[in-house]
Amino acid sequence: MADLLSFAVFFLTLVGIYAVLALALNVQWGLTGLFNIGIAGFFAIGAYSSAILTTPPSAAHLGGFDLPIALGLAAGMVLSGVIALGIGIVTLRLREDYLAIATIGIAEIIRLVLKNEEWLTNGVRGIAGIPRPFEHLVGRGQDVIYLLIVGMAVVVVYLAIERGRQSPWGRVLRAMREREVAVMAAGKDIVRFRLESFVLGAAFMGLAGGLYAHFFSFISPEAFDPMYATFLVWVMLIAGGSGNNRGAILGTLVIWTIWAGTEFLTNLWVPAEYMTRAGSIRVMLVGALLLVILLVRPQGLLPESQFVAATTSRRRRGDGGAAATEEGGPQEP
Amino acid sequence: MSLLEIRGLHGGYGGADILKGIDLRVEDGEIVVIVGPNGAGKSTAMKSVFGLAQVRSGEIRFDGAGITRLRPDRLARLGIGYVPQESNVFPSLTVRENLDMGAFIRRDDISPQIERVFEIFPPLREKRSQRAGALSGGQRQMVAMGRALMLEPRLLLLDEPTAGLSPAFTDLIFEKIVEINRAGVSVLMVEQNARQALGIAHRGYVLALGSNRFEDSGANLLANREVAEMFLGG
Amino acid sequence: MFQEFVQLVAYGIVLGSILSLGAIGLSLLFGILRFAHFAHGDVMTVGAYMALAFVAGLGLPLWAAFGLAIVGGAGLAIVIDQLVYRRLRRTAPVILLIASVGVALILRSLVQFIWGPDTQVFSQELEMPLRIAGIRLKPSQLNIVVGTIVLVVLLHLFLQRTRMGKAMRAMADNPDLARVVGIDTERVVVATWIIGAAFAVSAGIFLGVDTRLQPTMGWHVLLPIFAATILGGIGKPYGAIVGGMVVGIASELSTAAFPSVYKPAVAFALMVAMLIVRPTGLFGTPR
Repeated sequence: MADLLSFAVFFLTLVGIYAVLALALNVQWGLTGLFNIGIAGFFAIGAYSSAILTTPPSAAHLGGFDLPIALGLAAGMVLSGVIALGIGIVTLRLREDYLAIATIGIAEIIRLVLKNEEWLTNGVRGIAGIPRPFEHLVGRGQDVIYLLIVGMAVVVVYLAIERGRQSPWGRVLRAMREREVAVMAAGKDIVRFRLESFVLGAAFMGLAGGLYAHFFSFISPEAFDPMYATFLVWVMLIAGGSGNNRGAILGTLVIWTIWAGTEFLTNLWVPAEYMTRAGSIRVMLVGALLLVILLVRPQGLLPESQFVAATTSRRRRGDGGAAATEEGGPQEP
Repeated sequence: MSLLEIRGLHGGYGGADILKGIDLRVEDGEIVVIVGPNGAGKSTAMKSVFGLAQVRSGEIRFDGAGITRLRPDRLARLGIGYVPQESNVFPSLTVRENLDMGAFIRRDDISPQIERVFEIFPPLREKRSQRAGALSGGQRQMVAMGRALMLEPRLLLLDEPTAGLSPAFTDLIFEKIVEINRAGVSVLMVEQNARQALGIAHRGYVLALGSNRFEDSGANLLANREVAEMFLGG
Repeated sequence: MFQEFVQLVAYGIVLGSILSLGAIGLSLLFGILRFAHFAHGDVMTVGAYMALAFVAGLGLPLWAAFGLAIVGGAGLAIVIDQLVYRRLRRTAPVILLIASVGVALILRSLVQFIWGPDTQVFSQELEMPLRIAGIRLKPSQLNIVVGTIVLVVLLHLFLQRTRMGKAMRAMADNPDLARVVGIDTERVVVATWIIGAAFAVSAGIFLGVDTRLQPTMGWHVLLPIFAATILGGIGKPYGAIVGGMVVGIASELSTAAFPSVYKPAVAFALMVAMLIVRPTGLFGTPR
């Protein structure tokens, strides 16, 4: 019973951390239509920044600042935001594919740096001894407290995004997704709004990274493999319902249950030699799940109607097609 | 029996109807012009004929046969050529290749048709190996029209052929349209240069807000004071 | 000093050939299907492993395996298109992007499932490098460059001389007008997948020959290939060749100053620079 409880606490904490990621992605994708495939990068930046700033001195990596955890988390958020700002300035005025490619690029570069700059990060051996809040509380109490912290973070992020969504800022974002021309005509700077949304989302991803680092007390580049950090979050958001904050949280819960559940089952049933192969099957399963969702119910579990309208009907961006003089375009024959 | 007949056409692009019951006909050998303010449905009417807009209700007949909602390649084979207003050439293909594309659905020798197009538009002959995207607006329009002529259509649909052209090229294009018409091709065109277009037209239609407002001979419409004030800009 | 420079350029041309082949396929798919095909790297991986299966499993010579893998890869691409992408063609291009990421992951994990995560090689034999004009190159590397040239020439002839090739160029230029002139766009799409996959498979096999095979091999060159595509101009297969060479040579030259693990970073930097200066690429038409 006690084991079940601590398992539940562990499980929910991770759901909470991923929920922050999904909510962050929702700001970028659901609210603003930005395609970020580099979530892992911002996640990692948040984690490593906080780790480096809060760990005691070590010969293995940059550290010794011994700063309070809150500061570490904040630094992670800021650094992620700054990197997002850099990428955004270059690519957000271009078509959406370019942002996607740029985010893959930056995530890859971050990964390379984390893996190879051992003076900074201790490379593949990772950084250990990352402090936990309230460390003097031994035992299960500590875990529950951390779960509460993560829970609070989820609530704070959720409320912040909801406020943002209903504010004039959020309304402009929603209008932008549907009628960019009209919004531009009204004098709003499209790129600035996209940039703000992108940076905000990235900052939240950095927060999730920090929470992750302090939860496990140990991080290594492997934990930020695009599979777990980027792809899984996308499936969570799509499954739950893009554009929809509650959908993001629900999707996180559902997909994480499937992911962790299959891991539990494979640990139980699959002999050790076939572990990695079983892992591949789990990835295939989630990939197939994503495709099925896109084909059958792209709006996810909790649809947000405007989002569906904006993305499931053909959008013309005037790239070589005969621009209609009267609002529309040729239909498919 | 008219060459082209449109009856009670309602349609648009999937949202609210832009066309609210249009009637139109083109007799064999005519030049018919559609004029009217922006948003009147002129281009939509033309696109509906060529299967590029949604027809919700109504009928389109070509030479007596129903052609409503047929696919563009079927219409091309039946003898209807279409020149869109914008993006009407393949910019990275040469002039010659653009013309080849016009006859894409044919697999036989098309050099007589190429020759014919060069006769109508002499400047294209010397530019035949140049990329269409590098040409001037007026020359591109010639390529676009030449491309549509490659299948020797009986009816040519032109969507604002002189849009964005200099006065010299505008005059030239209108001249060529008359020349093509004299060779036996009926023309239905949408034009913003209403005055000049009506000047070469046999008949004209004035559309506004998706329905017919006026129909008369080109000369009569030009002389009509009300039409002049409302739509021709005085 | 100069010798080392020339040597790196030579390696750069080999890498550039591989990247060019990948970028050509990607550019064609971009130009005609109008979305960034994120599964392209993993199609390369699948192609390489298919060839491996023919070589290691059936004992076929590499050139035969090459041909069979191209057929297999093209078939796979068509199947994926019909099952997944075709049904999403009417949605926003970003949805297709997401779907292709899903496809990429499925392909990658499928390869890992079947062949395991460890690296493999086409052949255990050691190659003796040749010395040509003072440059050291392995025969296989020479084959890669020659093979690339052959494929590019074939593509050129196809695009310029054949009916389908012209239809593809027309559709990449102006899909609506292509429909107006009666081009059957679905058939062009199928042809594009065949060619795109063929080039991806070739690139994958060459990559496996030049380095080795492992399940993430394609994913790891995806970034340089995207950089090459953007450099050359999206939808411009000839530009992709130049882009591939530039990225390849720059990446190899960078190893004189930086550790070779950072080669993708060089590609990324080039890409960012191009996006700032001229987003439509060297050969793209500014819109």
